[in-house]
Amino acid sequence: MAKMKFMEAIRETIRQEMAADPFLFLIGEDVGKYGGERGVTGDLWYQFGDDRVRDAPISETAIVGCALGASMTGCRAIVEIPFNNFLGICMDQIFNQAAKIRYMSGGQAQVRLVIRAAMGGYVGAAAHHSDCLASWFVHIPGIKVVVPSMPDDAAGLLRASLRDGNPVIFFEHHGLYSVVGDVPDDPDFVVPLGKARLIREGSDCTVVATALQVHKSLEAASQLAAEGIDIEIVDPRTLDPLDQETILASVAKTRHVVIVHEEWVMNGYGSEIAAIIADKGIRYLDGPIKRVGAKHAPIPFSPPLENYVLPQVDDIVRAVKAAIRNEEPESRPPFEGA
Amino acid sequence: MNMTDPRTVGLSKEELLSLYRVMLRIRRFEERVEQLYARGKLPGFVHLYIGEEAIATGVCSVLRKNDFITSTHRGHGHIIAKGGDLAKMMAELFGKITGYCRGKGSSLHITDMSLGVLGANGIVAGGIPIAVGAAYSAAKIRHTDQVTVAFFGDGATNQGAFAEACNMASTWKLPVIFVCENNFYGVGTRLGRVAPTEDVTVRASGFLIPTLSVDGNDVLAVRAATIEALNRARANEGPTFIECKTWRHRGHFQGENPSYMYGKEHELWLARDPIRRFAEALLETGFATQEDLNRIDSTIQEEIDRAVEFAEMSPMPEPETALEDVYA
Repeated sequence: MAKMKFMEAIRETIRQEMAADPFLFLIGEDVGKYGGERGVTGDLWYQFGDDRVRDAPISETAIVGCALGASMTGCRAIVEIPFNNFLGICMDQIFNQAAKIRYMSGGQAQVRLVIRAAMGGYVGAAAHHSDCLASWFVHIPGIKVVVPSMPDDAAGLLRASLRDGNPVIFFEHHGLYSVVGDVPDDPDFVVPLGKARLIREGSDCTVVATALQVHKSLEAASQLAAEGIDIEIVDPRTLDPLDQETILASVAKTRHVVIVHEEWVMNGYGSEIAAIIADKGIRYLDGPIKRVGAKHAPIPFSPPLENYVLPQVDDIVRAVKAAIRNEEPESRPPFEGA
Repeated sequence: MNMTDPRTVGLSKEELLSLYRVMLRIRRFEERVEQLYARGKLPGFVHLYIGEEAIATGVCSVLRKNDFITSTHRGHGHIIAKGGDLAKMMAELFGKITGYCRGKGSSLHITDMSLGVLGANGIVAGGIPIAVGAAYSAAKIRHTDQVTVAFFGDGATNQGAFAEACNMASTWKLPVIFVCENNFYGVGTRLGRVAPTEDVTVRASGFLIPTLSVDGNDVLAVRAATIEALNRARANEGPTFIECKTWRHRGHFQGENPSYMYGKEHELWLARDPIRRFAEALLETGFATQEDLNRIDSTIQEEIDRAVEFAEMSPMPEPETALEDVYA
């Protein structure tokens, strides 16, 4: 075990995997000499050189296409997208090409491609640099979607993604980059895709939370504990595949559920999780399924505006109480869609 | 404009007839597809390459089996010229489980990884960045001398993906050959109505990519240009852009009324049919007799009969197989 930051866990996993496989390379804007726009790639360029840590032009379509073409012809590729909003620029290469080529070719084409994309708000970066867009990608068959919340998961899930053999979008919340945790040294440490993590055991209400919202839910858990409410926090860790069993088992135990993500509530993946619970677990429920997420507006700049749109710890606390008491939350409804 | 004299290119009779055979195989395959489609035998959409056969044939005639190509919605010719299996292609067009893509792809997505065919593509310019990646893989990561050809039409030169791919390939001197089949129409709109010039080479020369412009209805001219580009690519000197001027004999897709192309220019291009021109050149120069050409034709017809028979006899896919191949 080594104590390291979330960002370092990602970098060291890339380093180990690249050292083990000469056909694995990394491509993106500023990933090389500059060390990554967020500093994630650090010194990798000095170790592996231009060809394997490739500084690319600001051409997201060509970056993803280049990684895809290389991955179809015997390489493994990692793309870094510094803000997940830029995924919109290269969407054709992701959803029409990478996601479908294996299928459309009748299983012939192999796509060993991981697209790492930083996401998230709370820093006044405004509407082109603050979104969380995982919900777009869980809609598309052929892509796996990973949303780690802890440093060890970042390492283990990234390694699993790199070894998976499918296109994977690996979302990194920038607010987690400096979170420190214990990460196993084992160069084969893998967290399998499709297995949720029980973050906190509790008996009164299940909170299904992802990425930074796991940490906000832990804060909410402390506040609620002071009031005698004991929540269980489940982090799905991957959205496709989704560990339905762990979520349903937790709901069966607590009989109440709140789903928390930073993505917009309307048609966010929380809606799919809610639908699965309603479909397969309605008999477990003693109250409504509550969702917490961003309100239906672009992410604004000014702090009071941004804080109003993005989910806060208080929103989670209120939603848990509302779920347990089978009522609407008292104020500041965080889960109104439009 | 006359086509290249076959006596000047240093090819044997057998090599010349082999080019003829490939062009005719594409033509006869597509004529059969056209008939089958008209009779309602094929679901979906087909986009025919009739009239443009010299390009795929000339380019692929000098590629190795392990070189890569990316193709387009109008891809039958590229795949046949790269050595594609007519029976598996036909079965795919019928939607059969024995098709190249197990009935999941259609004409628009035929892929043969064993021949380096990285897919026909339903998105205009969609394959071009993928071609750059295949070239990056060969040149920078796996260190082989494989070359990748990106086939695309004039319409694709108006896509950002094309510009981004040109910049990347030129900057990193990647072994890509950009082959633009300029048939002057993107679906039903004339290139000059949506671009400031119909000279597509300027789109590549801005990225400092060497360009060649050839008569795309002259298989020997296309072949010669490709050899020049291949030499550059295999010597790590970077990409080449080849414009092949050509013309569709059919509409954008089968069932469409292509009257927007009709007129004097259309007639002129029909008279410059790449297969008839090559046949005449071979006959005039004594490389072939009419008997030779007839024999080739009847062999191809038999081959296509067998492909159609294979496709018709093959079972449709079990519906449940629709959920296979989504993930590895």
